[in-house]
Amino acid sequence: MSRPDAAVAAASEASKDSSQVRQKEMIARHFDRLAKSKETGEKSAYTFVPGNLSELLLSFDVLPVLPEINALQSAMRGRSAEYISVAEKLGHSEDVCTYVKSDIGMLKSGNVGPTGQRLPDPDLLLLSYTGCFTFMKWFELLQQEYSAPVSMLHVPYQADGKITDAMRTYVVDQLKRKVIPTLEQVTGRAYDEDRLKECLALSAKAEDDLVAVLKSARNRPSPIDSYFGAVYYVGPIFSSFRGTQEAVDYYKALREEIDERVAKKQGPVTPEGEMGAERFRIVVEGPPNWTSFRQFWKMFSDEGAVCVASTYAKVGGMYDLGFRHDPSRPLESLAEYCLGCYTNLSLPTRIDLIVKYLQEYEADGFLINSVKSCNSFSAGQLHILREVEARSGRPGGFIESDLVDPRYFSAANIKNRLESYFQMLQQKSPSSVGLAAAR
Amino acid sequence: MRYAVGIDLGSTTTKAVVLGEDARPLGRGITNSRSNYEVACAVALAEALIDTRFSLVSRELEASGLPAAARAELLLELERQFRAEQYRSQLRELDRVVTRHSRRLLTRPASLSVVLERILARMAEEVDSLYAPGARRKSDFFRDLAGSRYLALAEDEARSSGVGFDLLAGLFDKAILEVENSAAASGRFEDHGRAAVDRMEKPDPLLQAAVDRAAATELCQIGSVGTGYGRQKLPFPEAQIRSEILCHGLGAHALFPGTRTVLDIGGQDTKAIQVDQHGIVTSFQMNDRCAAGCGRYLGYIADEMSLGLHELGPLASCSTRPVRINSTCTVFAGAELRERLSLGEKREDILAGLHRAIILRAMSLLARSGGVRDQFTFTGGVAKNNAAVSALKSLLRENYGELQVNISEDSIYTGALGASLFALRDAEGRAA
Repeated sequence: MSRPDAAVAAASEASKDSSQVRQKEMIARHFDRLAKSKETGEKSAYTFVPGNLSELLLSFDVLPVLPEINALQSAMRGRSAEYISVAEKLGHSEDVCTYVKSDIGMLKSGNVGPTGQRLPDPDLLLLSYTGCFTFMKWFELLQQEYSAPVSMLHVPYQADGKITDAMRTYVVDQLKRKVIPTLEQVTGRAYDEDRLKECLALSAKAEDDLVAVLKSARNRPSPIDSYFGAVYYVGPIFSSFRGTQEAVDYYKALREEIDERVAKKQGPVTPEGEMGAERFRIVVEGPPNWTSFRQFWKMFSDEGAVCVASTYAKVGGMYDLGFRHDPSRPLESLAEYCLGCYTNLSLPTRIDLIVKYLQEYEADGFLINSVKSCNSFSAGQLHILREVEARSGRPGGFIESDLVDPRYFSAANIKNRLESYFQMLQQKSPSSVGLAAAR
Repeated sequence: MRYAVGIDLGSTTTKAVVLGEDARPLGRGITNSRSNYEVACAVALAEALIDTRFSLVSRELEASGLPAAARAELLLELERQFRAEQYRSQLRELDRVVTRHSRRLLTRPASLSVVLERILARMAEEVDSLYAPGARRKSDFFRDLAGSRYLALAEDEARSSGVGFDLLAGLFDKAILEVENSAAASGRFEDHGRAAVDRMEKPDPLLQAAVDRAAATELCQIGSVGTGYGRQKLPFPEAQIRSEILCHGLGAHALFPGTRTVLDIGGQDTKAIQVDQHGIVTSFQMNDRCAAGCGRYLGYIADEMSLGLHELGPLASCSTRPVRINSTCTVFAGAELRERLSLGEKREDILAGLHRAIILRAMSLLARSGGVRDQFTFTGGVAKNNAAVSALKSLLRENYGELQVNISEDSIYTGALGASLFALRDAEGRAA
C-alpha cells in the first residue's frame, strides 16, 4: 500500500554512511574558507561542474564556487522555490533553466550558501563551455552582477564521438592564450606547471578509487546506488576537491567502506536506512530531481530497485571509461577531460554508453528522468529510449520532473509511473506468476 | 461458486469485474468514485456480484433448454423489474435520510415536511414509468436519476409552496451521499430478484426457479486485485495492487487478443500502451505534468454548454465544418468555447473541433510510446464517445494507414478486467 512518503521523509532523520559525514565536514571547511576569503585574501572563481579546471585553479590557489551545486543544494534545503520566484519577478520566464533561476534568486537574496554563510563575490568567472548553451547566458547574467572578468573556454562538441588532435590543440591553445593569462592577471601570480602536475597526480589517484567504487555496482547485490547514492560519491571530485590530498583521502576511505559492503554482501545505504533485497537493477539517464530527492529515491528503494549505473554521475568526467588526468601531459589532459564530459557527447555516443552500462552492470532495464529545465539533457531522450530498447532488448521507462523547481515534481504521477514500470519489469521476468500464466 | 475480482478505482468511476474460475467474466459493477475509496470499491463490488447472479440466472435458463430469444426476453424483463425494485429501495432510503436531515434543521418552514413528502411520493409514483419497457434513462446511477427528478419536482414545489429551492436542494445533497454510500440501500439480489419475479404478471416457472437457485448460490472470493491512479492510498493490501497500465494492457488483450497498441483515455489521464502477443506491457507513456485533453476536459465542456456528457458526441457528430481548436488546456478551452460561440460558430462545429483537439494530444502520446501497431484497441470512458472515436479513426488512418481499430462496448471495464485476470492468476499461483 502506498504511504504518505513526504510525511515519512520529513519525520525521520536521514541515514548516512561515514563517507557522507566526512564529505559534509569537507564541504563545511570549504565554505568556511570561502566566507572568510575577503579577510584571508584568497581569490575565488565561479565555474561549472562539467569541464571544471579545478587543478588549474588550485595551482593558482583560487577557490572554486560552483553555481549548479549551490542551486541543487538550495533545492535540497527547500529554498529553491523561493529563489526561483525571486528570479521570475526579475523577468526570467517560466522556461528558463531552474538552476539559473535558483542561482540568480539566491544571489539576489544575499548569496547565502548551503552552510548558511555568505559566498564571496567572484574574482573571476571561468566559463567552461561543454555542451550546455545555457552556461553562456548564465554567465552573461553573472557578469552584469559582478565586476569580475569572464574567461571563456570553448570546448568543441564531440559530434563524431571521438576527440581529434585538432580539437585537443584548440582547447590547449585557449588554455595557454586566454585562461592562464587571465588567471595570472587576477591572482598576480605566474603559472606554475609543476604545481599543476602535482595536483593532476592527486586527481588521478582519487579517480582510480572513484572508478573502483562505481564499478562495485557490478556485484550482486550492488553495494551502492549509482544514481542517488553516486550523487554523494561524485560530490568531492565534481566540485572543489579534485586535485587535493583531501580528495585522495576521501576516496581511499570511501573505497574501503564500499569494499567492506561488498565483502559483507550488503546493499546500498539509503536515507531510510539499509536497503532491503535487490529486486531490480536499473540504469538511469538524466539528472535527478533535487526538490524531492529523498522521496524520489524512496520510490525506488521501496520497490527494491537499485540504480547500478547512471549517466548523471558522469557529467563531471567519464573516468569509468578510462580517462585519467595525466601529470605528464598537463594541459592536453585537461583539454581531454573537458572534451570527454557527458554533456559534451553526441546522442549516438550516449546511446552506446547506456547500452554498454546495461550489459556491463547486468541491468534489468533503464529509466529516463526527463527534466523540464535542461534541453541539453532532454532533447533526443525519446530517441535514446527507442534506440536503447531496440539494441539492448531491455525495457525503458520514462518519467518527467525538473531539477530544482518543485512545481514540476508531481509525486503521485511519478510514483504511479515508476510502480507501473517496475511491475512491467516484474511481469517480463520469466519467474513472474503473471507471465507464467500468460504463456 | 468461487470467483476472482478486479477493481479499478478511476478518478470518475469505480469499476469491478468478477471472473469465474474459467476466466470468463461473470459480472460487472460501476459506481461514481468518491472521496471514500473503500465505499466506492464496496459499492462497485456489490453491483458486480448482483450482475454475477444475473449471469447465473442466464446459465440456469440456458441449461433448461429455453431458446436464446426467449431467454434474452426473460432476462431483460427480470433486469428491468430488478432495477425498478432497487430504485424503489434506494428511494425509501432517500426518504428516510432526507426526513432525518430536515428534522435536524434549527429553523425550518412549517410546510417543509409536507413538501418533502409530496416530492418523494411523486418520485415513487414515477418509478413505473421510469422503468417502463423501452423507457430510456439518462444514467444508470441512482444519484443522477433521482437527482434530476428530485430537483425538478423541488423547483415546482418551491414556486408553489414558498419553501426555498436552495433548502430543498441542500437537503438532497446531504442525503444522497449517505444513500449512495449505503450498500444496504441498493439491496440484495435475493430480495429484489424475488420481488422482481413477483411483480411480473405471469412469471415463468423456469425463471422463478433460476432466480431462486442463483440467489441461493454461495459466492466465495478466491482473489482480488485493485488498481487505480494517482492515489496516495488505495484500499487494497500492497500485494494486491497492480498498476493500471498493466491492467489495461492485459484487459485489452483479453477483449481483443490481437491487440498490440492500447489507447486509454480516462477521466484524468491518457495512457498509450504497447503490449506483446501475451498482453504483457512492453512500453507505455502517460500524460505528463498536466491532465489537459483527458476525459475531464469533455466533462467541463459539457458543463459549460449545459449538456450531459453523453450528449456531446452525438452533437459533435452533426458537424459539417469542424473549427480548429488548438488549446487542450481545460481552462482555456472554456474561454475559447465562449469566444467561438460569440463569433457565431455552431455548437456542433466547435464540439467537433474540441474532440479532435483531445485526440491530437493522444496521437502525440501514442507517437512517444512507440507509435501505433495493428491491432489498435481504444479503451476508457472516452471510447464511448462516437465523435472522439471518429476523430481518432481519421487521425490513425492519416498517420499510420489502415489498421484494425477495436472498441468494446465494455471498454470502460478494461482495467478492472485486467485486474481480475491478475487476481485469478495470483489465486492459481497460490494454489499451485
